[in-house]
Amino acid sequence: MDTLVHFFQAIPLDLIIIQTVNGIVTGMILALIASGLTLIFGIMDVVNFAHGELFMLGAYVGVVIISTTGNFWLALIGASLIVAMLGAAMQIVALRPLIGRDPLNTILATFGISLVLQNYALWTFGPVARKISEPITGQFPLFYLQYPWYRLLIAVLSAAIIGGFWLYLKRGKFGVWIRATAQDRVMAQAMGIPVPWVYTGVFAIGAAMAAASGVLFAPMVGVNHTMGLDWVLKAFIVVVVGGMGNFGGSIAAAIFISLVEAYAAIWVDPSHAVIVSFVILILTLLFRPTGLFVATPR
Amino acid sequence: MSTAPLEKTSSLRALPRDKALLGHTALFWIGFCVVMAALIAAPLVLPEFWRRLITEILIWGLLAMSSDLLIGYTGMVSFGHSAFFGLGMYGAAGALLLVSPPNLWLAILFGLAGAAGAALFVAYFSTRLRDIYFAITTLIFSQIFYVIIFTWTAVTGGENGLIFTRPRLWIPFLYDARFTSTTIHWFVLAVVAGSYLILRRVTQSPFGMVLQSIRENEPRTRAIGYRVENFKMVAVMLSGLFAGLAGVLYAIQNQFAAPDFVYFLTSGETVIYNVMGGIGTLVGPIVGAGFFHLMRELLSRFFGEQFPYLIPLGLIFIAMVIFLPQGLLGFARRWLNR
Repeated sequence: MDTLVHFFQAIPLDLIIIQTVNGIVTGMILALIASGLTLIFGIMDVVNFAHGELFMLGAYVGVVIISTTGNFWLALIGASLIVAMLGAAMQIVALRPLIGRDPLNTILATFGISLVLQNYALWTFGPVARKISEPITGQFPLFYLQYPWYRLLIAVLSAAIIGGFWLYLKRGKFGVWIRATAQDRVMAQAMGIPVPWVYTGVFAIGAAMAAASGVLFAPMVGVNHTMGLDWVLKAFIVVVVGGMGNFGGSIAAAIFISLVEAYAAIWVDPSHAVIVSFVILILTLLFRPTGLFVATPR
Repeated sequence: MSTAPLEKTSSLRALPRDKALLGHTALFWIGFCVVMAALIAAPLVLPEFWRRLITEILIWGLLAMSSDLLIGYTGMVSFGHSAFFGLGMYGAAGALLLVSPPNLWLAILFGLAGAAGAALFVAYFSTRLRDIYFAITTLIFSQIFYVIIFTWTAVTGGENGLIFTRPRLWIPFLYDARFTSTTIHWFVLAVVAGSYLILRRVTQSPFGMVLQSIRENEPRTRAIGYRVENFKMVAVMLSGLFAGLAGVLYAIQNQFAAPDFVYFLTSGETVIYNVMGGIGTLVGPIVGAGFFHLMRELLSRFFGEQFPYLIPLGLIFIAMVIFLPQGLLGFARRWLNR
């Protein structure tokens, strides 16, 4: 009993609150990446291996636009648009011929794309990490820390993008097309919905979301050509834990995993905290293989 | 067992061709011997650089061949073969560093044990899932091993990896000498050829037939009464063992073990070898590995060392996935598997 009391007294409350904020901020970025990934999977059964590379390219395009115009918000919008166009081109060139084939072919094709994009970035921008300065430099005191407002802004903006997209899915004309295609693509086609273009559009939207999160995240760490793989792995874990193709589930899983990782980082080295998310993944696979937030069909 | 009808039909189909001058079996073994003779003679005539390249191609080919058992025969794309390869490497490193004098067979044993451990772990968890989910979880599991190896500096040497000396080539009662660049090539060739023959035998056995029926129609295989999960687990274990063997060979050849080889890129390249060479052929992956490394070599000769060779090779790979999903040896797939 005594040891238990000591244990709870030993938990630093201020640290926990700080890590909660940190976890939610990274969780929102992760949710923005993972929701694009799960959207693409849910609608067209494509596991987009190149998603992390779209995230990375978004950050690089942001770097280029900022260095020429100096405006962060212009970079955010410009990077999203350019990467969305790139995503659409990718879908038309490489993925459209694969419609109707085994979904595993799409993994292979997008894996090839990710290799090309990653090496292209390495070739053009070099191995040295680029920096973006934060557009808002204000800070507020959080216990003994000066916490940057920008991080909170990231969380809010990510939530706004996800929420806006969700509203668009519910209300917008194209959004209704997307949902119709997800439900029954043959019927949707019979109703006159241009399903191939819905696919392209969905891919472009997913790419834009990845690019936006890349630009938003860039000021917190450097931009380099390997950042894509780390994040796409995390996003894959999130998508599996949240249930493949499950939009709400992957957002919840993103925040859940980021929070758990942030708390774990209080006690263990941050580089080991990654293992915690692996453990969550393994437990999910063992007990709820279709996702943490969906009932397992029996 | 239910595999008997399968064999019967295949031998029936073979009948008309047997009228040719040489039967399929004779042709196959003649071809095998010709290729073997060429590869045995290679280190005697080629300069050091090309000899080394061919040895490495054989090792990568073994790795790719092991994953072909999953991709081509069982229909499961593994993106985690770097874990087995890496564990084989570190297992061999452990044996060579801990036991003195370093013993070749102990290194192989340790490497296989390491790979088997990783394969058991991956097989147990990943085979619950199918298709894409299997691919993603194998990728994530290999990354778990990467993180562990990269951060556990006290044992694995972390980022720097481990460096050790090569053991002597010691065959009990027969041969005992230092490895030379020629004998190591022959040793690798012997192991790879032996593995090929074993894997070929496995894929033609009743067990291999069940694996192929899982690839063709999993629910039906289950309905016939096979325990699909067990077959998949054994397939992953077997594949992992041969991948570990490739890791041991690579460690002995290069005298170091590094976390880079456990990284996802190794798994990705393994899949590329498979798709380029032709999945489901066993020799195709070796051809794919050869094609990949030769192209890489040619590209860096023409455009310089700094040239990002993965851009053109990646584009070729995408084009092959779209237009030539059977790979370079796809046309010979049926013939090779008979």
